[in-house]
Amino acid sequence: MRAQSTPRVLGAALVVAVVVVVLSIKLNSFRDYQIAEIAIEVTAVAGLTVLTGLSGQVSLGNGAFMAIGAYTTGLLLLHLGWPFIAVLVVAAAVTAVTGAVVGAAAARLHGPYLAGATLLLGVALPSVANAYPGVFGGDQGLNVVFTTPGFLGVNFPLTRWQAWVCSAVALVTLVLLANLSRSRVGRNWRAVRDDEVAAALAGVNVARARILAFVVSASCAGMAGALLAIVTELVAPGAFTITLSIALLTAAVIGGLGTLPGAVWGSLLVVLVPTYATDVATSHGLSTSVASNIPIVAYGAVLILVMLVFPQGIQGGVRWLLGFSGVSPARPRRTASAPGATPPAGQPPALLDSSPLPREGNPPQPHEKEDTQ
Amino acid sequence: MVEFLQFTLSGISFGMIYAAIALSLVLIWRGTRLLNFAQGGMAMFTTYIAIEVIYRTGSYWTGFAAALAAGVVLGAVAELAVIRPTLGKPELNAVIITIGLLVLLEGLAGILYGGQYRSFPAAFSVTGLRAGSTPLGVSRFDVFVALAVLAATLLLAIGFRYTSAGLRMRAAAFNATAARLSGIRVARVITLGWVLAGLLGALAGVLVSPSTFLYPDSMDSIFVLGFTAAVIGGLDSPVGAVVGGLLLGVVLSYAGGYLGSQGSDLTALVALVILVVVLMVRPAGIFSGARVRRV
Repeated sequence: MRAQSTPRVLGAALVVAVVVVVLSIKLNSFRDYQIAEIAIEVTAVAGLTVLTGLSGQVSLGNGAFMAIGAYTTGLLLLHLGWPFIAVLVVAAAVTAVTGAVVGAAAARLHGPYLAGATLLLGVALPSVANAYPGVFGGDQGLNVVFTTPGFLGVNFPLTRWQAWVCSAVALVTLVLLANLSRSRVGRNWRAVRDDEVAAALAGVNVARARILAFVVSASCAGMAGALLAIVTELVAPGAFTITLSIALLTAAVIGGLGTLPGAVWGSLLVVLVPTYATDVATSHGLSTSVASNIPIVAYGAVLILVMLVFPQGIQGGVRWLLGFSGVSPARPRRTASAPGATPPAGQPPALLDSSPLPREGNPPQPHEKEDTQ
Repeated sequence: MVEFLQFTLSGISFGMIYAAIALSLVLIWRGTRLLNFAQGGMAMFTTYIAIEVIYRTGSYWTGFAAALAAGVVLGAVAELAVIRPTLGKPELNAVIITIGLLVLLEGLAGILYGGQYRSFPAAFSVTGLRAGSTPLGVSRFDVFVALAVLAATLLLAIGFRYTSAGLRMRAAAFNATAARLSGIRVARVITLGWVLAGLLGALAGVLVSPSTFLYPDSMDSIFVLGFTAAVIGGLDSPVGAVVGGLLLGVVLSYAGGYLGSQGSDLTALVALVILVVVLMVRPAGIFSGARVRRV
């Protein structure tokens, strides 16, 4: 860990915290709810961007970890009535263990095979809640009671408190992940991502690095699930659809895979574009079938456009605009790319890559996901 | 024993639909190393086109043909408009674009056709067939489903094996650089793969919709199972796609049949168990061949 970078991270987190507090006081309760939503998304996406961007493992199943975190929270609050901070820690621990199991099972899988297995995990796990309605409340789910603490007074809006809690968790997660990715652990992940054999020869325990990435990513998702439970005050299988897991990966890639600011951009986009489009559609007095689908169309179109315009994600675009391209110059690097393997995003493919894409004519992409700042 | 036969036959019928989706994913994967998440959405959209044509003309087969034609057009347009610009970019970008395409198509379908569930006609009778007095658990239409996918698969296999376009596709999938050096226009081959995938997806949509109803995200779960089938079989192998689809269809049919209502709740979990077991033994699918990961 390079100590000199930590103050910068902490400073940025502090600035964001102040902005969030000011915004949450200025804005109405619906906007507070949106702040909470964004913070939840950031927590989960930051974990995923570490897994996929740094360790090179694609997961389409982090929604399942969110479900585990949310159900853990629901059950603990319902039956034991623990304070939320304790519940959050337990939710993170439970999902970390699940992440270790999934990571161990997934350690041999690559690219689309890993994506397929995790996608199915994301679809399958919430359905367990339907199969055992006695424990998990079935389709109706579990109701969660969450209140503002006494010292804030009776008139303090609950949505504002929820926004604060979620933002605090998101910021702490971001700071910890930023430090982690600069540490030896993060360097090991990058080494494994770029070339497993070389990493192993250099003394990195490849399997352990890959599993650890799953553990970290899963516990982030678990905390996001816990936050989701207290914000929506309901834990039901309907919240953890295939759409959720896909939206997490989408946010990570759209924002700029492997970068923590990218996780924030991606989350903002994924949460705000549909709501903004809804506002526009309803204010123009369109029929319900049109108005309810305009946000979906807009979201799809934005995904396509951002990927076409900013191949390195929004963070890549931001860097380009700021002229920071000197931070991490493109350098040729051999890619451990095989049929069936998805090389990490942002990396120039090896010249004689066997994947049948017309790549010779393409200049190497400046890949800018080196540091997570 | 009769039950077992019934579950097996209906499993084969559904399995062939998963196989069709799996096969369409394999066609695109072999060309571009890309998972097309829009495959289900494209199939949904072409099925809506079919329903509109059937409604206007009163002829099932006109609608059927319209769906297949729309699948061809949609596949080609998608590849040329949004996929080709991503070649050479980070590989997840194209995946996100197909996700964007899926969302876009589902939203458009909602705007054009509304979100309500619509029933889709079947080409043949859906009352169960009987052998003597024993019900077989499948209908004439189920037999048609299986035969239609089988015919499409065989046509593809013959096309791959005996036509020059098929040879070009195999060459490009085997080694794009060498194929290009020997004068094959790899970009065209990739477009052809998308066209065929669009066609197969459209076929699957028309065949599955009588039993699932049609609504903007009706194909999502079919896509997940088709994807699972492709992964089980090995994404490089068309044969694997069919085998994976059949395996998945039959096992899920047993699970739904023998475990009762809990079994149908746990469909995805059963599929996950099959997938994990297969990938434990063969991390790149059953028909992954002897290729190893290059370092």
